[in-house]
Amino acid sequence: MIVSVNRASLFITCLNDTLFPQAGRAVVSLLDRLGVAVDFPLQQTCCGQMHFNTGYAEEAIPLLRRFVGAFADAEVIVSPSASCVGMVRDAYPALARRSGDARLEREVHEIAPRVLELCELLVDRVGVEDVGARFPHRVAYHPTCHSLRALGLGDRPLRLLRSVAGIDLVALPDAESCCGFGGTFAVKNADVSVAMLTDKLRAVLDTGAEVVTAADSSCLMQIGGGLQRQRAGVRTMHLAEILAADGSEA
Amino acid sequence: MSPELPFPVAAHAALSDSQLRHNLAHVTRSIRSKRAAAVAELSDWEQLRAAGAALKDRVLRHLDEYLLELEASVTRAGGVVHWARDAHECNRIVAELAAAHGADEVVKVKSLTTEEIELNEGLARHGIRAVETDLAQLIIQLSDDRPSHVLVPAIHRNRTQIRDLLRARLPEAAADLSDDPEELVAVARAHLRRLFLRARFGVSGANFAVAETGTVCVLESEGNGRMCTTLPEVLVTVMGIEKVIPAWRDLEVFLALLPRSSTAERMNPYTSLWTGVSDGDGPREFHLVLLDNGRSDVLADEVGRQALRCIRCSACLNVCPVYERTGGHAYGSVYPGPIGAILAPQLSGLREHRSLPYASSLCGACYEVCPVRIDIPQVLVHLRERVVASAPRAGVRGALDPERLAMRGLARVFASRRAYEAAQRAGRRGQGPFVSDGVVRRGPGPLGAWTSARDLPAVAPQSFRDWWRSSNG
Repeated sequence: MIVSVNRASLFITCLNDTLFPQAGRAVVSLLDRLGVAVDFPLQQTCCGQMHFNTGYAEEAIPLLRRFVGAFADAEVIVSPSASCVGMVRDAYPALARRSGDARLEREVHEIAPRVLELCELLVDRVGVEDVGARFPHRVAYHPTCHSLRALGLGDRPLRLLRSVAGIDLVALPDAESCCGFGGTFAVKNADVSVAMLTDKLRAVLDTGAEVVTAADSSCLMQIGGGLQRQRAGVRTMHLAEILAADGSEA
Repeated sequence: MSPELPFPVAAHAALSDSQLRHNLAHVTRSIRSKRAAAVAELSDWEQLRAAGAALKDRVLRHLDEYLLELEASVTRAGGVVHWARDAHECNRIVAELAAAHGADEVVKVKSLTTEEIELNEGLARHGIRAVETDLAQLIIQLSDDRPSHVLVPAIHRNRTQIRDLLRARLPEAAADLSDDPEELVAVARAHLRRLFLRARFGVSGANFAVAETGTVCVLESEGNGRMCTTLPEVLVTVMGIEKVIPAWRDLEVFLALLPRSSTAERMNPYTSLWTGVSDGDGPREFHLVLLDNGRSDVLADEVGRQALRCIRCSACLNVCPVYERTGGHAYGSVYPGPIGAILAPQLSGLREHRSLPYASSLCGACYEVCPVRIDIPQVLVHLRERVVASAPRAGVRGALDPERLAMRGLARVFASRRAYEAAQRAGRRGQGPFVSDGVVRRGPGPLGAWTSARDLPAVAPQSFRDWWRSSNG
């Protein structure tokens, strides 16, 4: 294993911090196992994606400033959220330009490429696919829209999952269809969002999977919320939780 | 168009229409996979997309020059060019031309632009009957319906419904007409032949118009367009000003991009190209009406103007998970789907269609297939910002807009670590009455829209940061 990264700062995201802390704990234990030391800047809050995507870009600019301040000293920033990484890498540069603050623009320009989604860090930087995990369950992987189209993660998550000992990884039909989350879309267009979710749940249930996993807790909140409401007996876990598993929880 | 229902309300009704859901799922799935196969045949598809986008951007940067060049070329070739500021002016020009030739019936090639300006209704007010000759468009017209797809206007109808319609409305239909597609087409053909042969005045849109040569280009599948553009004595083409392309050779790019993106064909069955008028062949008179109708305003928006690159292929509709479930009518616009969600509000100057920029989960599938690389999610987010910026702020409604209050409040919470951590603690304490088994089953306020069909996870007993502090303190 070529460890070209031995230290990473965790960008947890407000959603994981508040609702899915187990995803963050999994990242810490996984990276610890791989010899990557993790630090967690406590000044971080929210990247502003919800504000930006809903039309409140002005409100997102102070959050951008906050992010840059919190992670200024970080060599590598890792996050268990494809959509929040996409926000920083795709939307921050133009937002910083709009702020009219040349220094902020420069800082964003420097920091954005250092922000990596977990699979990018593992496969591209740490250079590992077999992370030494054991997870003897039937699992369906949902490629979230941002991991697929904004970040272009490709088959990195699947390569990591295939290397997990004991896993029964099943193909999800129509995997690339959106689950219907879409941030505030899930509330503003709740009916359409639920119609999209219904088709995703049907595909999940058809696979007979026990667990649905993905690189975004937000999409898992949508899929898991539907599965739980229907008492489907299928649970959702962040990709990091499966990669951190050592089989003891089986 | 008349004031429409907000998208979520219109979508709510559409989602319950099982026939519509079935047709849409079937057709979009089929076109999606065929398009993917047709595109995969070309190794230089991505370069073609980049070339298409670059050509269109060039046109938009120099639109004034290319339009004047087009006017000169068309005039040189014996055509007459008219300029229309808006729908009203355009409809008046076409009606006056028809009246001047004593035509009380015009045959039409399927054209979104003439739908946009409601030309048929405009002509009807002058006592002129417009007849749609594209089969699906004819079905829409006969049933007094509206198109629900850019390319497949009657996607929401099935063949039994069409059989019943033709039997009721066309004298050529026998009483025992079956719903066999060949029989249905034969009836429409017999009906349309009669109209073509007596037609004296034709109206078309344009897919492209070449500034260099003055050539107008229409792509179609059925041959009805060829009839309309060659048989009548007078032909009028109504074209949005963004449809001009610089040179003849540029057609190479667009004629590769458009058929594969729209019908998943290597080449569409009929491509008609005409340059002014020619002695002894085709119409005796040709008029080209250049329509603005809001396009100059779209051009003024640095982010939004890329919507004017659109070549109306409808690939974005076919891959859109929202369109696939609601169909086109829910958008309340001639232009439905992702492209409609960015084009309709811009053409109306955001006076109408304010809910359309939100009719997307921002999944990005549209951008991935767009043959001219319109970054639809980027424009959607940009338009959401314009919607927020132009929302009423004064009065009780403006001051108490619940969404703005919530967004402002959250922005303040996220702006300080202390406020954020306090909000986490408050959420944990305050959620008590709503939580059972670790989830919220019926949320208060806007969360109710979430919990109508989904459980919501409760705020965790220990946030990640609290765990971090306790284990790394």
